[in-house]
Amino acid sequence: MTTSTLPRNDRKKPLNWRRIGAWALVAVALAVTIAPFLWMLRTALSSNSALASNAGNLLPADFSWGAFKRVLGLQTTEEAIADGGSGAAINFWLYLRNSVIFATITTAGQVFFSAMAAYAFARLRWPGRNKVFAVFLTTMMVPPIFTALPNFLMIKNLGLLNTMAGMSLPFLFMTPFAIFFLRQFFLSMSREVEEAAMLDGAKHLRIFFQIVLPNAAAPIATLALLTFIGQWNEYFWPLLVGQDESVRVLTVGLSVFKSQSPQGALDWSGLMAGTLVAALPIFLLFIAFGKKVVNSIGFSGIK
Amino acid sequence: MTTLTKQPGNASGRSGSHNGRKPQPAKRSMTSRLGDLRIALFFIFPAVIGFVAFFLIPTIRGIYLSFTEYSILGEPTWIGVDNYTAIFADELFWNAMGVTLQYVGLNIGFQTVIALGLALLMHRVAKSTFVRGALLLPFLVANVIVALLWFWMLDYQLGIVNEVMSWVGLPRVAFFGSEQWAIPTIAFVNVWRHMGYTALLIFAGLQSIPNHLYEVANLDGASPARTFWSVTMPLLRPVLVLVLVVTVIGSFQVFDTVAVTTNGGPVNASRVIQMYIYQKAFGESDFGYASALSVILFVILALVAFVQMKFLKGNESDLD
Repeated sequence: MTTSTLPRNDRKKPLNWRRIGAWALVAVALAVTIAPFLWMLRTALSSNSALASNAGNLLPADFSWGAFKRVLGLQTTEEAIADGGSGAAINFWLYLRNSVIFATITTAGQVFFSAMAAYAFARLRWPGRNKVFAVFLTTMMVPPIFTALPNFLMIKNLGLLNTMAGMSLPFLFMTPFAIFFLRQFFLSMSREVEEAAMLDGAKHLRIFFQIVLPNAAAPIATLALLTFIGQWNEYFWPLLVGQDESVRVLTVGLSVFKSQSPQGALDWSGLMAGTLVAALPIFLLFIAFGKKVVNSIGFSGIK
Repeated sequence: MTTLTKQPGNASGRSGSHNGRKPQPAKRSMTSRLGDLRIALFFIFPAVIGFVAFFLIPTIRGIYLSFTEYSILGEPTWIGVDNYTAIFADELFWNAMGVTLQYVGLNIGFQTVIALGLALLMHRVAKSTFVRGALLLPFLVANVIVALLWFWMLDYQLGIVNEVMSWVGLPRVAFFGSEQWAIPTIAFVNVWRHMGYTALLIFAGLQSIPNHLYEVANLDGASPARTFWSVTMPLLRPVLVLVLVVTVIGSFQVFDTVAVTTNGGPVNASRVIQMYIYQKAFGESDFGYASALSVILFVILALVAFVQMKFLKGNESDLD
């Protein structure tokens, strides 16, 4: 990540104090954005029972790894209660595993099947193609809550409540956005290689796998990254169909964890440790691929 | 939801009618009317399953259910427009609409102004990927996590915000716990999460404004303020309209933040429309009524998008 501070359109050097003021505002915005995450860490590393008497202390209150041990199920119930936890069984390892499975399956399916459809919309000629594409696009307008109720009924009728299949199915096949996003890239790809392969007698399937997909690796990776983050953060649908502990994902697990605590005596350090565990994969992805994510929002809205 | 894109061959990204048809070489044997239909069917087959099973049928079924009384057990009973007439007489519905509108107003107002300011700052002084990345970070973290983080920081007794406020002599505020503050607080939390993302969208729009226009304005001796209102804003308008459509539609569907913090309370103070739908369907097992509510939400969102595009002329650029 490089820093370039010389905007091209600054032809007349502006007054220096104005520049300083602008940077001060940027610094404030950065502080407002980052500080809460540090507070999250500070709280997670505190003992819950010490928080009350150190509410304004910027360092962890009575430093301890107890909160992390607690949410990862490494503390006995007695230890947890002594440490200010609720004592209720909580197992973020399990939720972490479920989140990984859920986000990975849905991302893989959605991106792959959407890429197939995008190929048909961008590179093949068939009657009604643009009409079908337009119909697909209109579904972008349908608010998720609207389809969520009937989808819930269908998943329930299929007997798939509280299964990974029931949680994944609605996300597995496509989203209009993914098809739209990839179609744009497929349209802009050069036809020459494809035609040469066609002359050699290559079939569409081979062209798709050996030419189109590798050439679009970068946008596909970006889409997969954005989809994975979105699925990792999904709350509403898993809340409807995945309440059971065996398939509970981190977002739902966190809200259950919060509601299990007695009113007014929340296990704050445990809760913050839980949110850190849940956010950690996103932070890691962000450190590894942040530039890709930032640049993809150049002009293509995530949602 | 709606998409802005800078990929070639598509300037508006909304019409859906632009075709990417390119001249095909005559050499290809597919000159018949059906073209690649067979292989195309193979390629779109999974997507069609997803579309039909999880978008089309649910949409039709949702509309049908809105005319029925249905409690999950047994079969839906057709009751005509009874749900709708009941909704229009339902005080809780009007309360939910009012609460939602208050949220949307606060959220969009602050978010757009702050994001525009951040975008201008990024454009003028801080183009670095690091700054943009850092500002985007809250958007990448789940709603639930952001909500819980602020629920802690804004806690009445132990929250750092109230702690700091009492240091400087301000009275403590029950941010999530008072009827008066619940919705402004939830709006604030989501502004915090979304401002960087929205700023990036606007920033991209700013970058697409040709430099020579600024140079001309500068040669004509226009003040920065004049340049902003006469060059930047008119050219940014299409982007701003799209950003507004996306953010308004998104904020009408606020749920996660409410669900993990106030759960609609205190009393009815933060029961937004999607929360009301959720409670009707899954709390009271009244799927017919909940479906009718979501049809109404759907219609409102479609109208909002239509009105914004129509009156703000979001699909026309001033750049010609």
